[in-house]
Amino acid sequence: MIPTSYYLALSAVLFAIGVTGVLTRRNAIIVFMSVELMLNSANLTFVAFARQFMDLSGQVFVFFVMVVAAAEVAVGLALIVAIFRSKQSISLDELNQLKG
Amino acid sequence: MDVLFSTLTTVTAFPLVGVVILLFMRGEQKTALRWVALTTALITFGLSLLMLAQFSIAPGFQLVIRTPWFRVGDFAADFYLGVDGISVLLVLLTTFLVPIAIASTWEAVQDRVREFLIAFLLLEVGMVGVFLALDLVLFYVFWEFTLLPMLFLIGIWGGERRTYAALKFFLYTFAGSIFMLVAIVWLGLSYGTFALPELMARGLPAGTQTWLFLAFALAFAIKVPVWPLHSWLPDAHVEAPTAGSVILAGVLLKLGTYGFVRFNLGLFPQAAVQFAPFLGVLAVIGILYGALVSYAQADAKKLVAYSSVSHLGFVMLGLFALNPLGLQGALLQMINHGLSTGALFLLVGFIYERRHTRLLSEFGGLWKVMPIYAALALVVFLSSAGLPGLNGFVGEFTILLGAWDGYAHWGFAAAAALGVILAAVYLLWLFFKMFQGEVTNPKNAGLPDLTRREVALLVPLLILIVWIGVYPQPFFDLMAPAVDALAANLSAAALAVR
Amino acid sequence: MFSLVPLVVLFPLAGFAANAFFGRQLGAARAGLLAVLAAGAAFLVAVVQLAALAGNGFAPVTVPVAEWLRVGDFHVAWAFQVDTLSVTMMLVVAGVGTLIHIYALGYMREDVQHNGDPGRYPRFFVYLNLFLASMLVLVGADNFLMLFVGWEGVGLCSYLLIGFWFEKGAAGLGNARAAMKAFVVNRIGDFGLLLAMFLIYWTFGTLTFSELFERLKTVRLDATGQLIVTAITLLLLLGATGKSAQLPLYVWLPDAMAGPTPVSALIHAATMVTAGIYMITRNHVLFALAPQSMEVVAWIGAATALFAGTIAVAQTDIKRVLAYSTISQLGFMIAAVGLGAYVAGMFHLVTHAFFKALLFLSAGSVIQAVERGGAQGGAHAGQSAEAHHDPQDMRFMGGLWGKLPITQWVFLIGALALAGLPPLAGFFSKDEILLDAFEHNPAIFWVLVAAAFLTAFYMGRQLLLVFFGQPRSTAAAHATESPAVVTTPLIILALLSFFGGLLNLPKFGLYGYAGSLLLKEFLSFSVEAEALPFNAFVAGLSTVLALAALGLAYVLYGRAQATAQDRDPLAALLGPVFGWLRDKWYVDELYGFLVVTPFNTLSQLAARALDLGGVDMTFNNLGELARAVGAGLARFQLGYARRYALVMFLGAVAVLAYFLIAR
Repeated sequence: MIPTSYYLALSAVLFAIGVTGVLTRRNAIIVFMSVELMLNSANLTFVAFARQFMDLSGQVFVFFVMVVAAAEVAVGLALIVAIFRSKQSISLDELNQLKG
Repeated sequence: MDVLFSTLTTVTAFPLVGVVILLFMRGEQKTALRWVALTTALITFGLSLLMLAQFSIAPGFQLVIRTPWFRVGDFAADFYLGVDGISVLLVLLTTFLVPIAIASTWEAVQDRVREFLIAFLLLEVGMVGVFLALDLVLFYVFWEFTLLPMLFLIGIWGGERRTYAALKFFLYTFAGSIFMLVAIVWLGLSYGTFALPELMARGLPAGTQTWLFLAFALAFAIKVPVWPLHSWLPDAHVEAPTAGSVILAGVLLKLGTYGFVRFNLGLFPQAAVQFAPFLGVLAVIGILYGALVSYAQADAKKLVAYSSVSHLGFVMLGLFALNPLGLQGALLQMINHGLSTGALFLLVGFIYERRHTRLLSEFGGLWKVMPIYAALALVVFLSSAGLPGLNGFVGEFTILLGAWDGYAHWGFAAAAALGVILAAVYLLWLFFKMFQGEVTNPKNAGLPDLTRREVALLVPLLILIVWIGVYPQPFFDLMAPAVDALAANLSAAALAVR
Repeated sequence: MFSLVPLVVLFPLAGFAANAFFGRQLGAARAGLLAVLAAGAAFLVAVVQLAALAGNGFAPVTVPVAEWLRVGDFHVAWAFQVDTLSVTMMLVVAGVGTLIHIYALGYMREDVQHNGDPGRYPRFFVYLNLFLASMLVLVGADNFLMLFVGWEGVGLCSYLLIGFWFEKGAAGLGNARAAMKAFVVNRIGDFGLLLAMFLIYWTFGTLTFSELFERLKTVRLDATGQLIVTAITLLLLLGATGKSAQLPLYVWLPDAMAGPTPVSALIHAATMVTAGIYMITRNHVLFALAPQSMEVVAWIGAATALFAGTIAVAQTDIKRVLAYSTISQLGFMIAAVGLGAYVAGMFHLVTHAFFKALLFLSAGSVIQAVERGGAQGGAHAGQSAEAHHDPQDMRFMGGLWGKLPITQWVFLIGALALAGLPPLAGFFSKDEILLDAFEHNPAIFWVLVAAAFLTAFYMGRQLLLVFFGQPRSTAAAHATESPAVVTTPLIILALLSFFGGLLNLPKFGLYGYAGSLLLKEFLSFSVEAEALPFNAFVAGLSTVLALAALGLAYVLYGRAQATAQDRDPLAALLGPVFGWLRDKWYVDELYGFLVVTPFNTLSQLAARALDLGGVDMTFNNLGELARAVGAGLARFQLGYARRYALVMFLGAVAVLAYFLIAR
């Protein structure tokens, strides 16, 4: 049986890739994918621990996360489309309207 | 269902029915929209008369309804309404003025009519709620609830500097109520209840009363407004639409004075006794200062706005006399001020609709052009100046008589009585500048006199102005038992302090 | 019968309401008639009250009408006090009031034509009826608060009637300013009355006259109590100086002549201005407890009598002379009540109401005669060079004797009655005041004698300037008599002025004739009445002085002045002093300098510097401070979402690191 720590390490790597993607890429779609990546790394952790402790609630949580992710994709993509329509661009560097 | 259809709930919430109907109507049907709002307001007034019919002249809260609202740990708030002699007239004043104010917008407000009317009806819910709420959390919710519709009334339908005025109004009142919120939370957590009657029955130790008194007083003093926290008022009034000014002066300011009676006097009697001289001084300063500044104004509406500072000074003076005369006079004067100043703002609004200016230098000789307008204005001015036989005098006299004995020194009342002279000065000045002399400005020459609708708006106010002036006893009788109980409580506190 | 007394107020009030709401629809004739009927009905009610009193042995009666105010222990009602004092006042007010209503029917018809707004005719009667109602509330009140309602009510009517032609006067604003001045100055007096009421209530626990006086009978005053009663009476005096135009608050009354002449007669001569005397008489029990206050009252009255007399001798406006004369005569009355001679004061009040109303109304008749003459003369000569002079200026009159067959005689009677010649009414009433002063306070006696001398002098001057000599303008030359509706009330008032002395003939001990002393007997049921024996010295002195003054006036003004521009002969006699008299001792200017200007400056200062510059600025700066802090912090907000994410990430790493390393 593969030790849990392997899963955790993989999950950490995936999470780090996600964070890097969010922080470095300019394209909103890629940023979005990176966020998904981070969510999935969390999912992986949940499943790994669920198996280790033989507790189903971890698996249940994964379903919740997947639902949230799906909802987020729907809303997020809609937002990106809307932004693209108004700005003709989805480069995040041009979205600085929160500036105080 | 009992709760939902009880008298007080319906009085508070009925305007929401109108709001819902308005939401389903199209914005272009302006007249229909106005009729719906007016009918709603009139039905609400009818419901409040029903409340009056069920009200019996006795101390204590009546028609009480109470149902749990939410509970988080020890933090339990109720939907808890009740009416007593102190609040009954104020509720009636509110439901009486709102239809008049709505009817006054018939021609004055032309854009976003639906939204305007919705804001107005929501405002009514908030105001009535404040007067009836017996749960501190509920009170606070209603208190803040009045803020937003008024913010929009000023900020959207106001004059040129509406944003500035609306923001100033909002920030002032909001800053004050934060302190009140802290005090309310502290009370609830310390005593395990937010119910006002229970807190009153329990009595608070003198030490804690002091800071709680101050926290509440700050919120209310800004609303009244007590000098020197008044500077939001002239701006708000000048920028607000006429109907907004009527309600602002007529009812919203009374939320502050009502808060003083209900909480600062009712809940913290010992602190009230200690702070009475201090607030008395502020009241007297307010009376004289408001009158002086009022006389120097070039804008009719600003003049009336500053006169409110002076008049509300009388109310404060009466409240902190802490005796039945002062208290009853102050409560009656709240009603009087609502009627007289409401009418004053209507009058200023009428001329503004015709000339689109309120500068006194633009007018003169209007009596010749608009005799009915001048005659009605004269009666209202005199009522505001405290002419015996009209309502203002009854209130002011009772207040001053109470204040003569209620404060440590008779000088409070004597100085305040100077305000009676000054009131004549600035109101006659206003009358002089607007109505007397020759018509010097050709723009005024062809002005039409008041329409039937405009006269009809003023007539109910005038009837009450004369009624209270000649026979105020029914009004005093309504409040007497509640005030006597409060005064007894206060004199016990005064003994305890000494 | 006593229960009818509310009608004395309700009739005029009904007339007021009917004309206020339907005056325009009724039309001028019916509106006027309605008002006259209302006034007449009030007079009838007053007569009924007199009869009722007689049937009751003249004992006072209180007639409650309705509850008014009951708060805690404080209680006042709408109630009438019917006693000989209030009924005397009711009869005078309603009686003279009715006559003046009738006079106004004719007078105002011309006045509205002359001023170019006939539609305003009914409005005059609205105000006049309201005044009558308020005045009757004042005199009928059984408590201070109700008295105060009437007190301010008559002040309001005075304001409205002075400003009746609110678009006329200097710069089109003069009348309105005069009205405002009257109201505000009166409010200063009312302030005193208000404070007096507070003191009375908190000292004696009631504002009802009968209860108060009952309590005062048994009260024993310690030093503080004495001080309080003195304060109360002085505050009441402040109220009286406002309403009755005494020093230092008399300044509004001369300006009040801006009102139409019937108003000057009714309100500013016969009735309203006597309210102060009535009020002090009503409170004689209080004043009796404060001898120092009495002294002050007497001196204020005497000083005013003399002071106003000096101003009157140099005025040229026919109504202004009468106005200052009114102030002076009110001074006599105040002095009388200050000396405790309440009956003498009331007696003079009644006769003064007759002859001063007569004088004002005749003056009005003269003025309109001159106005008509001006219109006619101008039409005749086809020139209007001098047609625009002031029709009230005596310098442009003269030579009216013979042109106004009725007005001239009634004016003469009024003037001689005021001058105090026997056997006219003014002689007896003034003589009684002088007699009381002679007995009680010689200093005041001599001041009043001087004032009486001036009275006779300026009335002689007025008679000569108006009626004798040559006409000094075409208007005066073409003057014509007024219609019967105007002259009939004049004749009635002239009869009253002639025979009014019979109301209270003194005891001529000299001839063994008892005299009637009707008024004294009558009033003794309400106030303490002291009857001094007839004093030949005082009566003789005042008669001789009056004749001397009239003679002096004849010497100075008897020779006809040729033109209006001639220098006043008195000016030649008095030199620079005349300028001071003509300019009213510069009191208005002094008040302007001491009170009005500082008040305006203070108000501007409070509004600009203190309110906008101080209070408002402070709070706005507070707001600005918050905004500045926010703006400073906002510089950290660049708006790039990923920058925020980076900061969050670094923060998370830092927190993690803290937990991993620090533990």
